[in-house]
Amino acid sequence: MLTINNITVDFGGVKAVDNVSFSFQDRELLGLIGPNGAGKTTLMKVITGTVKPTSGSVSLDKSNLNGKAPYLRIRAGIGISQQIVHPVNSMTVLENVTFAAGHSKTDQVFLSLFKTNRAIEKEEALNLLKMVEIEDVADEKPENLPLGYIKRLELARALALKPKLLLLDEPLAGLNQSEAERLSNTLLKLNQQGQNIILIEHNLTEVVRICQRLVVIDNGKKIGEGEPKTVMNNPVVRTAYLGRS
Amino acid sequence: MGYEISLLTIMGISVIGALSLNMILGFCGQISLGHAAFLGIGAYTSAMLTKAGIPFLLALPAAMLLSGLIGVIVGFSSLRVRHDFLAITTMGVSFLFTGLVRKQEFLGGEMGIAAIPDPGYGKVGFMLFVFGLAIALTLFSLYIKRSWMGFTFDTVADDEDTATLLGVNVSGYKLMAFALGTAFAGLAGALYAHNVKFIDPESFGFIESITILSMVVIGGTGSVWGVISAAVVLSVFPLWFQFIDDYKLLVYGGLLCAVMLLSPEGVSSLVVKLFNKIFKREKAIHVNN
Ligand SMILES: Nc1ncnc2c1ncn2[C@@H]1O[C@H](COP(=O)(O)OP(=O)(O)OP(=O)(O)O)[C@@H](O)[C@H]1O
Ligand SMILES: [Mg+2]
Repeated sequence: MLTINNITVDFGGVKAVDNVSFSFQDRELLGLIGPNGAGKTTLMKVITGTVKPTSGSVSLDKSNLNGKAPYLRIRAGIGISQQIVHPVNSMTVLENVTFAAGHSKTDQVFLSLFKTNRAIEKEEALNLLKMVEIEDVADEKPENLPLGYIKRLELARALALKPKLLLLDEPLAGLNQSEAERLSNTLLKLNQQGQNIILIEHNLTEVVRICQRLVVIDNGKKIGEGEPKTVMNNPVVRTAYLGRS
Repeated sequence: MGYEISLLTIMGISVIGALSLNMILGFCGQISLGHAAFLGIGAYTSAMLTKAGIPFLLALPAAMLLSGLIGVIVGFSSLRVRHDFLAITTMGVSFLFTGLVRKQEFLGGEMGIAAIPDPGYGKVGFMLFVFGLAIALTLFSLYIKRSWMGFTFDTVADDEDTATLLGVNVSGYKLMAFALGTAFAGLAGALYAHNVKFIDPESFGFIESITILSMVVIGGTGSVWGVISAAVVLSVFPLWFQFIDDYKLLVYGGLLCAVMLLSPEGVSSLVVKLFNKIFKREKAIHVNN
């Protein structure tokens, strides 16, 4: 459903992404991994349109996304939870997710004025907060919360958009191993229910456990792709990880 | 009695003007340092039209329309630039307005326009008319806050990039805020023109823009009741105290700075905080008992 064609991103001499291609199959839970600075986040931003690739193209359901404004890509069915958290700090956790759940009420600027009811969206939001286990802070402002909470808030918010394809950039950051395991199980369950997910994660234990396929990048280049166990045994992948840390 | 009525009328017009800027700055988070220019556009439109024999009640919506249209054009600049630069751009709009009008013979140039037709409601009638509009705009403002449009404005005001990644047409919402805010500014300007019956370019200069900005910021950007209270107080101060009128820019500029430093969310939030403090302490005592 999503195809990355020869994407290169050049940040003034630094090739953050270097001629990467891969495609995402329907109903997949795909892990995108690589050492720090590999170019994973940059690739996510190319998909959402906040970073313009130097060359190459991205297409969703066979329609080319190049030149399409980021908000239109989101409306076309991409939901993202970013590596660096951006909660709306002036709203409570529940309001953050409620707002996202109301995306169909806000897509027409003028008509949004005539819609006031938030009950359904609030309920949806509360269910999502329960799913990611942060309903206890529903009425708090995000700025006072630890990272693990905000990351899950952003996951819930991305899910509230009901995206065809969910992009998750390190959703397990800030969680302890048992929390990470539970959230991974939630992701796995969502995927089994049909949710398409691209998962960027440094917690390789969980990645290998839940993903069906991995794409590995290092220094902007794709260095491996395939079934998780096989990929992790690939010597090139092993040196990429071991050679750095 | 006549004096009180004109005072109350001015208050009502100020409330409309302040609420109109509040839609742009308070709701959507877009700075505008040239808001008085849009009051000016409304004032000149209505004055010219009524002088040409068009009924007051038709001239009012025309004033709003023209002001709102030009507002959308200025709003386009908010799409390209970030906050600090938008401040400069809108300040430019203020100077552009006075500069342009001053040179237009058909708009009366430096001399302005005098003998603007009276709407014919009588002094009390006009005051009630202004009050009615001020109340309607207050209700509309409160309604916007409750609507999904207001919800989206909140998100855009807080973080445009995040709003975008939640699928929000940020440009569309900003333009909407500018359209609404400048249209109602046009209304306030038109009312002003028919109240005073004389306008010149200086009536809508930079000082006036700062005055309206003070009302919104001191009242607490976004807080409808805070902005109304500030508009009421700040609109009559210069009429009561001549020295404030003489040193308007100094006094309002000083107040602006003080609020920004002491309580960026405005005086109203300071009052709320104090109230909460006292109230919560009482509650704590109750719990202890
Ligand atoms: N806006 C930018 N301007 C210049 N260089 C950038 C920019 N964004 C990222 N880079 C560089 O591009 C490279 C890839 O960064 P990116 O954030 O995509 O890596 P990553 O794989 O997400 O790393 P991590 O696992 O640490 O999050 C890095 O060398 C980074 O310094
Ligand atoms: Mg990253």
